Amino acid sequence: MSISWPDEIFAELHAARIRQVAYVPDAGHSQLIRRCHADSSMHTVSLTTEEEGVAMLAGAWLGGDRGVLLLQSSGVGNCINMLALNQECRIPLLALVTMRGEWGEFNPWQAPMGQATEPALTAMGVRVYRADTPEAIAETVRAAAMFAFSSYRAVAVLIGQRVIGAKRFEK
Amino acid sequence: MSAVLDRRAVVARLLRDRGDALVVTGLGGPSYDVAAAGDTPLNFYLWAAMGGAAMVGLGVARAQPRRRVVVITGDGEMLMGLGSLATIGVDAPANLAIVVLDNEHYGETGMQPAHTGRGVDLAGVARAVGFGEASSVRTESEVEALAGRLFSAKGPVFATVKVSVETPSMVLPARDGAYLRSRFREALLGAEAHR
Repeated sequence: MSISWPDEIFAELHAARIRQVAYVPDAGHSQLIRRCHADSSMHTVSLTTEEEGVAMLAGAWLGGDRGVLLLQSSGVGNCINMLALNQECRIPLLALVTMRGEWGEFNPWQAPMGQATEPALTAMGVRVYRADTPEAIAETVRAAAMFAFSSYRAVAVLIGQRVIGAKRFEK
Repeated sequence: MSAVLDRRAVVARLLRDRGDALVVTGLGGPSYDVAAAGDTPLNFYLWAAMGGAAMVGLGVARAQPRRRVVVITGDGEMLMGLGSLATIGVDAPANLAIVVLDNEHYGETGMQPAHTGRGVDLAGVARAVGFGEASSVRTESEVEALAGRLFSAKGPVFATVKVSVETPSMVLPARDGAYLRSRFREALLGAEAHR
C-alpha cells in the first residue's frame, strides 16, 4: 500500500495548529504547498530566499502564531545567519527539508549542500530529525512539531531523497 | 543634497502617537533610536539577523492582523533583505509599515558608503514590487505627514527617510534575546504566551 506522505504532513500541520506557511518552491513539497495554499486557516507565503522564512516565522511566533518552513536542502545554506534569531531568542522553528544531493542524484552541483545540510543545521543549534521512508514521515513531523513548540527549539526534519525519488532530467 | 534630518528626532516624532502598535527594529542605529524614543515590551529589537527585520515584521503582522506593525530599520539592513520587499509587496499585508532610516552609509561599521547614496532608490524599489504607498522623506513637514500615514494608511506602507550621518550617543536596549521575546509575547498575548 502506498501512502500519500504529503497529505499526512498536511494533517500533522493542522493537528499542530500551524497558521503560517513559508516556502521556496520545491518539487518534493509541491503537493503539500498546493494544499496549504488552498486552506484558508493557513497563511501561505512564497519567499525569494529561505532565510526570509526563518525571519517571518520568528515574527509569527512572537505574534502568537505557529508556522512551518518548507524548503529544499540547498536552501538550508541560505538560512544560516538568520538562525541566530531562533537560537539566541529561543524561538521555535519547524522546518521540513526535502533532501537533494544524496540518493541517486544526477546533478553534481547539488552534492555539496546536500552533504553539508545536517552539519550546517547542527552548527546553528537546530535539532535534526530524519525520515527515510514514507511511513516514518508523519510521526517524525509530529514529534518535531511537539519538540519545537513545546520546548522552544528549532527543529528540522530531513526527508530523504530516497523517499522523493531522484530528480529525472530526461524529458 | 546632503540630508539634514536628525534620526533621533525623526523616530521620536514617528513613534509619538504609536498607541498599541508593535515595533520591530533592524540591528544597529535603528535599535538605539527606537530605544531612545522610549523602551516598551512591544518593541522587539534585532541585534543581528541582518536583512530579516522586514520579514519579522511580516510574520508579526500576519499573526496580529488587528494591530499595526511598524518595522524601523537602516538602509544597509534593508539592502541585505531587498528580496523581502518583493515578498511583502506580493503578500500585501494591510497592517504593516516599513520605515528605513537612510543615512546612505553603514554606520555601525565605520561609515562606509552604501548603494543608497549612489543612486539606489529604495522607495522606487518598493513601488516597483507592489507597495501601494512608498515615499522618500527629506523634510520635517514630510516627516509630519508620514507620522500620520504610518499608522493609518492601508499597508503595506514603505518610507525611506533621508537622515544625517551624525551618530547620536548609543542608547542600548536590552540585548538578551530570550528576555526580549518573552516580554514582547507576554505584553501582547498575556497568559497565552506560556501555553
